[in-house]
This record gives sequence, structure tokens and C-alpha cells, in this order.
Amino acid sequence: MSPMSSETRLERGEPGLSDADMIKAVPVRRPGRWIATVIVLLLLAILVQSFFTNPNFHWDIVFRYFLDGSVLVGLLHTIELTVISMIIGIIGGVILAVMRLSSNPILSSISWLYIWFFRGTPLLVQLLFWGFIGALYKTISIGIPFGGPQFVAFQTQDLISVFTAAILGLALNEAAYMAEIVRAGILSINEGQMRAAQSLGMSSGLAMRRIVLPQAMRVIIPPMGNETISMLKNTSLVSVIGFSDLLYASQLIYSRNYQTIPLLITASLWYLIVTSVLTIGQFYVERHFSRGSSRQLPPTPWQRIRRLLFTQHFVPPIPDATGAVATSAVAPGSVPTDDGGEPR
Amino acid sequence: MSVPMVRAEGVHKRYGRLDVLKGIDLEVRAGEVMCIIGPSGSGKSTFLYCINHLEKISAGRLSVDGELVGYREHKGRLYELRDREVMAKRRQIGMVFQHFNLFPHMTALGNVVEAPTRVAGVPKAKAVKRGMELLDRVGLADKYRSYPAQLSGGQQQRVAIARALAMDPKLMLFDEPTSALDPELVGDVLDVMRELAKSGMTMVVVTHEIGFAREVGDSLVFMDGGVVVESGQPREVLSNPQHQRTRAFLSKVL
Repeated sequence: MSPMSSETRLERGEPGLSDADMIKAVPVRRPGRWIATVIVLLLLAILVQSFFTNPNFHWDIVFRYFLDGSVLVGLLHTIELTVISMIIGIIGGVILAVMRLSSNPILSSISWLYIWFFRGTPLLVQLLFWGFIGALYKTISIGIPFGGPQFVAFQTQDLISVFTAAILGLALNEAAYMAEIVRAGILSINEGQMRAAQSLGMSSGLAMRRIVLPQAMRVIIPPMGNETISMLKNTSLVSVIGFSDLLYASQLIYSRNYQTIPLLITASLWYLIVTSVLTIGQFYVERHFSRGSSRQLPPTPWQRIRRLLFTQHFVPPIPDATGAVATSAVAPGSVPTDDGGEPR
Repeated sequence: MSVPMVRAEGVHKRYGRLDVLKGIDLEVRAGEVMCIIGPSGSGKSTFLYCINHLEKISAGRLSVDGELVGYREHKGRLYELRDREVMAKRRQIGMVFQHFNLFPHMTALGNVVEAPTRVAGVPKAKAVKRGMELLDRVGLADKYRSYPAQLSGGQQQRVAIARALAMDPKLMLFDEPTSALDPELVGDVLDVMRELAKSGMTMVVVTHEIGFAREVGDSLVFMDGGVVVESGQPREVLSNPQHQRTRAFLSKVL
């Protein structure tokens, strides 16, 4: 950083405060922080060292099976289950949330009942239930209800495969949780938004879709990210109905070669990798829906790197009265620039 | 004698056990600017919400441009209008809110073109052209890409007026449009409203700006406790109030 005279700054229209004017005081000493830091780093070093020296980790086996065919197929199944169940869960959650907030007492009670049931029973039980649905309803038929004629009938076992049962179990359970998340999001939006939309002649459906939900997304996305990550790991429960996911594939391998710990590590590494990808995705989705909510969007990691590399004479940001950062902020009311507040 | 733009006859509004409006009678002619003043809780805003059926009236008759609000009359019976019909009528009535209620996730231009494109089915390019004209009319053409959070209160309210005008309403309702603004920003919004009044728009304005009411209003209504206490020429009512309650209110705000 090169020192700049206050004159050149003034010419550039920056606050007229030179480095020489800045207060130079001796900072308070904080020995407690230093001691705590040393202890934590020491413990961390011991832990890391054990990873490398403890032979029971069998890192060679961990990485031998890392790209093993059956592990990868299991991983694919896990991702498939997560994506499909989340999509159905989110759609179901939105429908349930809107029903719950509807003025129709029947719709809102049914939504309440659904959420009560699916949140109130263990997911494992629900999965088992869908896995053995054939024992409960032997056939599923289309026809006139209450004893009327039946047009088509299916054996339940043929209709609901293990995969379908797994999806049903995960998605229907997820919908109940998503419903509450979406409802919280909708309730967080000021009533005035709905009124303004209606005063313009919008139907409540259109207003919900165009005005309320996009704003509610800001509140909905963080817990939804949580739910997606939970779902990724909850898919491991489907092994109870015999569907082969990532964990089940690893279990099959260690039941043959007795290398339990290394294979559990292999699976965990994959779960961590997928979770990391999801976390990055969440950052960008959150950023997309925070348009207009603050004066400046958080920079993406890529923008951060670019700024570090290409702004050589970076002056420490000086907050102005509005709390925005003077050196790079969008002046209130100005047309947003590419550095942060890009529209759409 | 042409049909009045708004006609209220004995309009009542009851929330639970609370009577907010207790028989409002008034008429707004086409092209007229009516200002409604009165203490808070007197039912002024509720009456505005009744006009575009955001609130249902409990008794009486309320019509806009000769058609009942929210109902259809057939052989002496009232039938509730379908949502679709209510929406179609709301499109003809613009509303400006105390707290602006701009859509924060859309730019200024996005706010203005939203209803024309999504509700009225105007082609995007045409709506954008018209939207820019309206933003120019309220003096904010250069802010078209700004989000509401990047605008001052006065600028937001002017965008809100442009948004309401984008549906080409025949009646504009203003619910205390300047009450949430810093004093130095009030003038810009009133200027826009003054220009709008001059262009012949029919306006019902709930306001605390007595100066605006005197200068721009064609008629003034003083409401208190859910009834119209006094109404008439603004100058007349303001300089020579007939009722004690009007005098008491005016002595506090003038």
C-alpha cells in the first residue's frame, strides 16, 4: 500500500484523511487469546498427526475403494434419491404451506394433520411402511370408489418398486418439514406486499408466485440448505428396505473384507464432498435471491480473488455514514455497477 | 349530470364488534380531487380500502363509475362478484400506500412494468417504453435500474405512483402518501400529485397536508369517529369550520 497525500485523495473525491492523520495507539494486550490459540493449535496438530501415524486408519484401503465401481453406483443412487426427494418435497411443502395459510378451514386442517403425522413418526418407520405397503394394500385399482366397479387393478408390489418406496418415504416426510419452512418464509413478508399486488389487479395466486414467494426465498433458502444436507444423509436409511445407496454399498464391501473403519471413512469422504458442493450452490442461490435486499451483494469468492489481485493500491475501506463502504460502494440511488450490485 | 366516479351511501364497516365506518355518504365527480382529513382511527384509510374492495363493506352502497363495488345487482338481490371480476375492477383503480409497498426484489422499472405485463398482457417492449415515460414523468428516469432499497423514501413513493399509473387507472387513491417521509422529501411527492391533479385525474387523497388540500383539492372532507363530520370547498371548511370537532382538529394541525 503506498501512502497517498490527502490532496490526491481529495482530487479523487475520496475522504480527505491521510494516513498521517489516523490515530496511532498502542492496542490492548490480550494474553488470554494467545494462550487459547496455542492450546487449540496444539490439539489440532496432535489430531492431524494421529491421522498419518495411526495404521488403523488404513488410508491405502480408504483410497483403493474411493473410486470403486459399487461405491460410485451407491453414490449415484444417493444423489438421485436426494435430488428427486428434495424436488418433490419442496413442491409438496409449498402446496402444504399455501393450504395451511388458506382461509378454507378444511384445506388448512388437512395440511395441519399431514404435517402432524409425518413429523410425528420416525422417518425409519415411514420408510419401512412404504417398503412393505404391498402387505397392507395388496392391489391398487382405478375405478368408482365405495364398492363401485374397478377398471384397472395393479399388484402393489409391481407398482411400487424399492426405489419408488424410498422416494415416497423420503419425499413425503420432507414435504412436512418444508411446509413449515415455506410457511415461515411467507409469514415473514409484510402484508402490504400482498395488498399492493392486489391493488394492481393481481390474483392472489399470481401475487404469491411473483411477489411473495421470491421475497420469502431469502428466508427459506438457509433452512432449505440444511434440509438438503440432512436429506443427503437420511438417504442412508433406505438400506432398511434393501435399496443400495452409498452407505449400503460400503457396508456390503466391509462385510466381505472386514475393513469396517476404512470403508466408513470412504463413504464419509464422499458425503463431505457432496455436502461441500451443496454449500457452494447454496451461496449462489442465496446471492441470487438477495437482489435488492441490501445495497450491496456479498462478493463471490471469484470476485474476491480478482479484487485482491488487481487492486494493488487498495485503500482500507472507510465506512461512510450509511454504513456502506466508501471505496467500492454503490452510492445510494446510483445505477448499480458490476462490482457487486448487478441487477438480475 | 354525469355519473359520479365514486358514490357512497350509508357505507358501514364493522370489524368484529368495532364499527369503523358508521354511514359514510359522499360523492366524487370525475376529474375531482377530494382530500380526506381527520384524526387517526377515524376510518379514512378503511374507507379508501373499501373503494377498491381490499376491504368488504358491511352495509350501505358503494359504487365506482356507476358500478357497485364487489357486488352485482340483479332483480333486487346482490350477488358477490367472482375474484376475476373484482380483479378486473381493481385494475382501473390505482392505489398509493403510506409505506410505498414497492416490490423490493424488483428494480424501479421492474415494479412499474410488472402489472401491465403480467396482468394486462401488454407486450414487454411496449410496457418498458411506457414505464420509462412514467418514470420520467415522476422525475426518476435515471433511476430505472435502482432497487427500492437504493432509493430515498420520496423517490420510492414517486416510483409507487408511476407503478399505479402504469395500469391507466381512472381513479387514484392515496393513503397518507407523505406521512412516512422526511419533511424535505414531501415536496417532491406533492409536486407529482399536483401535476397529476392538473392532468385531470380523479383522486381521493387521505392526507395530513392541509396546505396541499387547500391548494390542490376541489373538495375537503373531515372525518371523525367513522362519520363525515363536515365537507365542502377546502378554503371554506378550513377558514370557516362549522363544527366544534372540525375546529378542534384544525387548531391542532394548522
